[in-house]
This record gives sequence, C-alpha cells and structure tokens, in this order.
Amino acid sequence: MDFSGLYVKEARAIRKAKGALLVAESIPGIKFGEIVDVQLANGEVKSGQAIDISEEAAIIEVFGGVSEVDLIASRIRCKGETLKLPVSIDILGRIFNGMGQPIDGGSSVVPEDYLDINGEPVNPALRQPPAEFIETGISPIDGLNALVRGQKLPIFSGSGLPHNRIVAQIIRQATVKGKEERFALVFAAIGISYDDASFFMRNLERTGALERTVAFINTASDPVIERISTPRLALTAAEYLAWKQNMHVLVILTDMTNYCEALRELSSMREEIPSRRGYPGYMYTDLATMYERAGRIFGKEGSVTIMPILTMPDDDITHPIPDLTGYITEGQIVLSRNLERKGIYPPIDVFLSLSRMMKEGIGPGKTREDHNNVFMQSYAAYAEGCYLREISTIIGAEALGERDRIYLTNAEEFERKFIAQGEWQKRTVEDTLDIAWELFSTLPEEDLKLIREEFIKKYLPKYRN
Amino acid sequence: MGRIWRVSGPLVIADDMRGSQVYEVVEIGEEGLVGEIVGLEGNKAIIQAHEDTLGLRVGEVVRGTGTVLSAELGPGLVGSIYDGLQKSLLALGESTGPFIKRGAKASALPRERKWQFTPEVKVGDAVSQGDIIGVVPETDLIQHRIMVPAGVKGTIKEIRQGDYTVEEPIAWIRHDGDVKELTMMQKWPVRKPRPYKQRFDPSGLLTTGMRILDYMFPLALGGKASIPGGFGTGKTVALQQLARWAQTHLNIYVGCGERGNEMADVLVSFRQLKDPNTGRLLQEKEIFIANTSNMPVVARESSIFVGITMAEYFRDMGYDVLLVADSTSRWAEAMREMSGRLEEMPGEEGFPSYMGSRLSSFYERAGMVECLGSPGRRGSVTVAGAVSPPGADFSEPVTQNTLRIIDALYSLDVSLANKRHFPTINWLTSYSLYVDAVKDWWNKHDPGWEDTRANALKVLQQEAELEEIVRLVGPEALPEGDKLLLLVARMIREDFLQQSAYHEVDTYCAPVKAGLMLKTIMKFYELAQEMLSSRAGIDSIRSSPMVYRISRMKDIPNEVFEERVKELWSEMEQSLTAGKRIS
Repeated sequence: MDFSGLYVKEARAIRKAKGALLVAESIPGIKFGEIVDVQLANGEVKSGQAIDISEEAAIIEVFGGVSEVDLIASRIRCKGETLKLPVSIDILGRIFNGMGQPIDGGSSVVPEDYLDINGEPVNPALRQPPAEFIETGISPIDGLNALVRGQKLPIFSGSGLPHNRIVAQIIRQATVKGKEERFALVFAAIGISYDDASFFMRNLERTGALERTVAFINTASDPVIERISTPRLALTAAEYLAWKQNMHVLVILTDMTNYCEALRELSSMREEIPSRRGYPGYMYTDLATMYERAGRIFGKEGSVTIMPILTMPDDDITHPIPDLTGYITEGQIVLSRNLERKGIYPPIDVFLSLSRMMKEGIGPGKTREDHNNVFMQSYAAYAEGCYLREISTIIGAEALGERDRIYLTNAEEFERKFIAQGEWQKRTVEDTLDIAWELFSTLPEEDLKLIREEFIKKYLPKYRN
Repeated sequence: MGRIWRVSGPLVIADDMRGSQVYEVVEIGEEGLVGEIVGLEGNKAIIQAHEDTLGLRVGEVVRGTGTVLSAELGPGLVGSIYDGLQKSLLALGESTGPFIKRGAKASALPRERKWQFTPEVKVGDAVSQGDIIGVVPETDLIQHRIMVPAGVKGTIKEIRQGDYTVEEPIAWIRHDGDVKELTMMQKWPVRKPRPYKQRFDPSGLLTTGMRILDYMFPLALGGKASIPGGFGTGKTVALQQLARWAQTHLNIYVGCGERGNEMADVLVSFRQLKDPNTGRLLQEKEIFIANTSNMPVVARESSIFVGITMAEYFRDMGYDVLLVADSTSRWAEAMREMSGRLEEMPGEEGFPSYMGSRLSSFYERAGMVECLGSPGRRGSVTVAGAVSPPGADFSEPVTQNTLRIIDALYSLDVSLANKRHFPTINWLTSYSLYVDAVKDWWNKHDPGWEDTRANALKVLQQEAELEEIVRLVGPEALPEGDKLLLLVARMIREDFLQQSAYHEVDTYCAPVKAGLMLKTIMKFYELAQEMLSSRAGIDSIRSSPMVYRISRMKDIPNEVFEERVKELWSEMEQSLTAGKRIS
C-alpha cells in the first residue's frame, strides 16, 4: 500500500527559476516523473513535473512557464502521482484542455479509472496485424494508399494546403464495409489556431459526430508545455475506449509540427545537446512512443487508428519532423502544392504517398480481386506520363512518339478524373477501381503488364458488355 | 546493496556501490528494473536502465547481480520471440497480458519443457570445450547440438539418454578429481564474441531468392552487408524477405526500435509461410527479437548483442546463420541519447565518438569459422543491417561508419520507391565485394554468370548515360541502336530487377531461374540487334509479342521454369528472325 498520498511533501528552497525549469533543493520521497503543484506568492497554482531527481536537487518542469515564480515565497508540493487521466465512458462528447480538464462548461468526469498518460507498450508478440480496410470514399486514398484499422497514417501537408478539409471529409465518410460497430473519434488540437480548431468542432457538430467524439484542445495561445501532454491525453482516452470499451477509435492529432516545436523548446530549456536542426536526439523515440499506441491486439475487439497531421516546414519532406515521422508511421499521405495550384482537390501526391499496411487490407473479400493489380498499373502508367511530361517541357510534346503522347494525355486525365473529386463526394472502392479501368482503356492493351489477363478480360470496359 | 542517488530518464546513479564491476547487471528499485552499470566513480555507479524509470525515488535499493548481461543458450530458442533482454514475449504475455509491465520477469528458455536428448559420446570419452556430446531434435529443421561449454574439459563419467529439461543434468565430466555437472543450457556474456578455432574468408553464395542480390550483388556466407535507405524505400520488406527465404540453416530477425505492427506481420507470416526447399514452416528455423520503438531505448543495444550471441552459438554447432537487424540507426540513436545523459563529449551530430567502434564490435562478429571441438565442422554468421539515414542523406555518421565495416552495400533509392520499383536497390550505387567469393558457386550452377552479369550491368550503366541526352533531345531523336538499348535496359529493370515480395511465385526466385531470366533478356538483345542491322525498325521490335512474353517470365514457377524458358527461346528465335525476313 502506498501511503505517500496521505501526507504532503513540500519544498520551499528553490534555487533557480529559468524558462520552464525550477531547480529546488532535494525533495525527499519525490518520484521521477511525479506531478507537483507550484504555489506562487499570490496564491496561484501551476502544475509541474519532476524531470531529474537526486539527493542534491530536484529539477521541475513547470507547465505554463515560470513567470511570477519567485525563489523565496513559492512552494513546490508533491502529489505522489505521475500524470494521469481520469476516464469513464462519459468522456465521449466532452471537450478538455491540454491538462485533461473539461473546458466545455460541463462538470468534471466521474472517473472509473485513472490512467497513466504515457500508456504501456503493447507486447509485440500479441499484436494482431491490421487488415481491415477503411473506406474513406476518397479515390487516391482508397485506391492507391488504403487505410486499415490499427494503422498510423499521417498527412504531410504544407501551410495553406487543404489538409483540414481532407481530414474533415475522412471523418465524415470513413466506414468499414458491412459492419455496424462501435466507433469513436478522438480529436487532439495541438497548438493550432482557434479558427482551425473551431472548423473541426463545427464540422463534427454538423455531421452529428460530436457525441461520439472526445476532444482535447490546446490552441496556439495556450501554454506551450501542454502541447507535450495533449496528444498523450488523447491517446490515453483512445486506448481506454478501444481496449476497455471495445470501440474502434480514430485519433486525429493536428498539428504534430507544433508538438515537435514544443519539444525542441523544452529540450533547449533543459540545455540538452541538440541533434539535427536543434531538435532533441530522442525525438524519434518520443514520437514513436505515441504513434506506436496505434494497433490491434489479439483477443480484443477494439482498435486504435491514428491519423496525425503535420505541416512540413517549407514543404520540405526531408525536414526532421516529417522525416522522423515517416520512419515511424506506416506510410504517409503527402499533399502537393503543384496539384493544388492546378485546382485539384484533394491534392494528393500519389508518388510520395504510401500506405505500408495496404496490401493486408485489400483484395478479394476485402475490396476487390483486381485492386492490387489496378494499384500497380495505375502507378506505372502515371509515373510514365509524369516522366514524359517532364521531358516534354524541354523538347515539346511534338517531339514525342505516338505512344508517348498517349501516356502524356493519360496522366492529365488521371489527375482530373481519378485524383480529383468533390469535397462532398463519396466514392465506393468499386467506383474508384472502375475509374482506373476507364483510364486504362486509353492505353495500349499490351502495356497492361502488371494486371493478370483474367482481370483484363473481366474489367476492361471494352470486354465488359 | 546500494541505493538510488539520482534519476534522469534512463540514467540512474546509485550510491554505496563499491565492489561492483562495469557492465554488471543490477536490479533497480522495489520493482527490480533491469539496468547495467556503465561506469563507476568512487562509491557511485552510473547505470543505464533497460526499463522505464518513471516513478523511481531517490533512496530506493539497487542490487548487484554479480554477472554481466548474458544470454541463455540451449534448446527452446528456435521459434521463440524475445524482447531486447531475451525475455520470452509469449511467456510475458501469459503472465502480464497484452501490455508489457515494467519489472516483469520471464526466462528465455522454457524451464518445464522436456527435450529428447541423445548422447553422441560415451562414458570414458575425453571431451573439451566445443565438443558435441549429444543432440536434441529441436524442430524438424534444426537439430540442436549440445556442446561442452567454455572452460570445461575432462572425461565423461556418466551421460544420460531421454527426456530432460534444460536445467536437469545430462552429463557428468570428471577432471582432476572434480566432477562437473552439465545441463543442456549454457550462458554467455552478450558483449563477448564466442571463440572459434580458425576464421576463413566468406565464401559460397548465401541464396536469398532475390534476383538483384543473388545475381548482381551477391552476399557470401559469413559476409557483412548494409541496407541503408530513407523511409518508404522498403528496408523492412527487404530484410523480411532475407529472413524469409535465405537458404541458411537458421535466421535471426532483430527488430530494433522499429514498428510493432510490422513485427506482428512478420510473426504471423512466419507461422504460415513455408521454406521453399524443405516445405516446413519458416518459424522452425527462425528466432525473433522484438524491441519495438516504444519499448525501452537502452534495450536496443542489448537486442543486437543478444541476437549476435545466439547466432554465434548456432554457428558453433556448424550451422550457417543469417542475422538481420532492423534498424542499426535506432541503436545508434540510443547510444546518442545515453551519451548525452552521461554528458560525454559528443562527436559528429551528437553521436558519441565510440559509435564506430561499437558498430564494428557487432558487425565483426560475422564470419565463417572452423568451430571449436570435435567433430570438426564449419559454421558461419552472415549479418545484414538496415540503416535509416535522416532525410535519406547517406553522408550522415551512422551510414558512413557502417560503410567502413561492411563489404556489400544495398543502397535503397527514394526515387525508385516513388516509381514503385521494388526492391529499390539502386544498381548503380550498390556494390558487393563478394563477387570473387561466390564465383566458384556460380560457375558450378550457371557457367557464364560473370559475363552475363557484367553485360547487363553495362547496359544499365549506358542507359544512365543516355538518360541525360534523352532529357535534352527527347527519346525519339536517338539513333535506333540507342533506342534498342533503352528498351533492353528497361526490360532488365522491370522484368528482372523488379521483384514482387507479395506475388506467390515471384517472392522467391531460385538463382538458376534468375540466371535463365537474365540470359533470355540478353538473348533478346542479341537477336534484336541482328534485326536492326538488317534494317528492321525499332517499332517492330518494340511491338514484338516477345517483349510481353518476357515480362511474364516472373510468374513461371521455379520448378518448371527451365522447361518453359526453352520454349520461349525457340519462339523468340523464330519470331525475331522472321521479323528480319519480312523487312
């Protein structure tokens, strides 16, 4: 039995206060990672966390920064706990801040349990490989970069690109075929503008999804340090709903670039040795401990699917944030400024986009038997067309042979008919595949090398009737 | 017994630790978290914790165990799934459920299970280190050879036959009046290479079933290879393919700081896929180590060393073992994190200056050796490690340090991945220094390998040069001969180098089939050149049905390939020479 909660450990001797850190005299009994209250002279209370403890000193990271802390009158009070989120099924339909406190005017949640926001790693031997196709109704995703339950698939965007609209469309449309199951959405806004946050909330309200949503909102004006806890709270809520309440949970984290910036800010305050571009060397591990909370588990009904959104600084995919994310997530959906300029919505760059879990989720019994072949052939044809487009900008389309011109036109058509679709248009996966077949019919039939002959005879429009 | 003095992430400093040794394993706190001493200063021990330290308090106990980090070796390894500290993950799952609780313990080898031991020596025989004293049929594919552990010699006083657990004695050895009891299990410190009699150069092809490896950039038994590539270039799939189809006796798959879902995929697929030569389930010749990216960072290093120690142990039985590690960059990052906490002077990009030597101490344990003990036998450990360079920039320290050690480089190319050309091994920048080491093997199985390989690589090289001209003048402005070369290069790329890991036939291509496939394409080139010189147009060659037929070669099963390709050849000769006549 742990009685540490029954008495209050307190320290008064604060030696140093700078940035977000307090250095205090050693506090007996304090736990590594413990949450503390810092009481200021004016009575205000801030939260903090012990990030380095020893017999000589305790270093406390203060959520919200150390403004107004003074070294004489302020006190540090231990709470005997690491950061925990109170959970119950009543969190559905509620809105919380980055510390897990309700901000929707409602009463606080009557907890069924308190969960450590860092979670526990899933035993890899008991993970069930994700394999259930989620139909988003968006062709370049369903057809070429299919999302499956339990996957972590981020959207790599740039500032000004319509990632919010695409995500809102996915939230509206996503279904798993032939199943009526319990579905929930967890939404974490991390350092985004008030307008962006309210865009999502309005959208959820309009489609009636709000009552099966848990939202954690940390806007750009909220404390930077709470950006570290916001996604963790969201994932803890998601895990509760998935593993305890047997729900299929989709987690939207936006914008993870703000999270990484917060991590960098904190790291430099801690005076750590920086790695690339000033980001801490442990950023990969830090992001991985969050994204790895996606998945399915043998013997459990629910699932956690994570869709983080991040804006690539200067559209640079080799920037540490998208780069490390890409090494952790199971693929990525990349938005293209070029397609956006051409007026194509959704402007999804199908070359840079990838879904590593796709092959498990498609095929006979899941989508359609020809899906994999169509996917490969579409890529090959579009790649050829784009290559020729590049050449033709130098030498002119006239200098190309007849076959090459066919591919050039095909690439244009592919962008206008396959990639582009309406924001409120929901295409079934069959529609998506049929559009691809229509585009194949403009190509020489012997070039359809990547498709099994039986499928050509069955699906190519000219054989269909 | 010491006590915690400081906690900072995975770094724990304990006081009152006089008498401990560096690299000694300690148990930290009331939960007994596993840690390893990495430095001593007076009474204080600097410890890296292999488990999450959240919630530890100053003053909690730290217990030394008196031993360094060691692996348990014996029957029960094959088919198992371990974490970075060699805890059995299935056993942990049974005791603690689907989430890993800190401080939870599970032994590596099952203690209850009985193994059928058959002695190979008799009472009175003199034995010493490395001698095989008996065998256990561990799986249908692996016969576990029980060896005399290091430092033991004498004459057999008694030896048993029958079913025993790994802890029950199976033999007694007398030496100078002392009697030593032997069990089927032994322990070995993971950071220390296991001894052997003599080391040889790598030789003989390690058949992987991947055409671009086996034929173009072969890997030799006992060799060292590195697979660097940006994200999305298919490192993991390439390594999985190696672990699946490599024709070695045993494969060890180390997932070091990588994705849990992919690990799950590997585990499930190995319970279903069959080895192409023996028809047995792949998990009968596989050991898995899964330290996923959300599991403790420090255990990444031990996962690598536990893996290589098990590889050496099976090598010592006289087996050919392949170890694949995905990804060594995550291990290097763990070194960087720990080094930063220890406030060491950083080297390039914050990595510690000893990173290079630490990487070598892993890769250098690969090799082909004459094993200790009798009967005389050879075994090998081949290592393939993935590297994940940030921004796919190979100039970064982990890639560069690795390149100094390895002899085969499979560099994965982002632009090929964007075109969905898999495997994305770039044929212009990859290399293998084992071409000579496997020459004998190839000459025996496919005479003419060296020439065909060189010719094909030359075509690809010429294509790269022509490509620059095409970008300026367009493909139609090239002379007919060059147009043909582009066509053939494309066939080599798409119909030979490209290989689908997910196609039931194409996923494993026997080396002989690979050879015939490339020869067919080169033969086509030869015939088409003749056609061109007799003034046939390139268009008639491009539209030849043979081009399509060749592209479908991949789908022909290994067993019937030789027969079917012969038909293809005679058809090709007919149709291409017929074309000549028409013009």
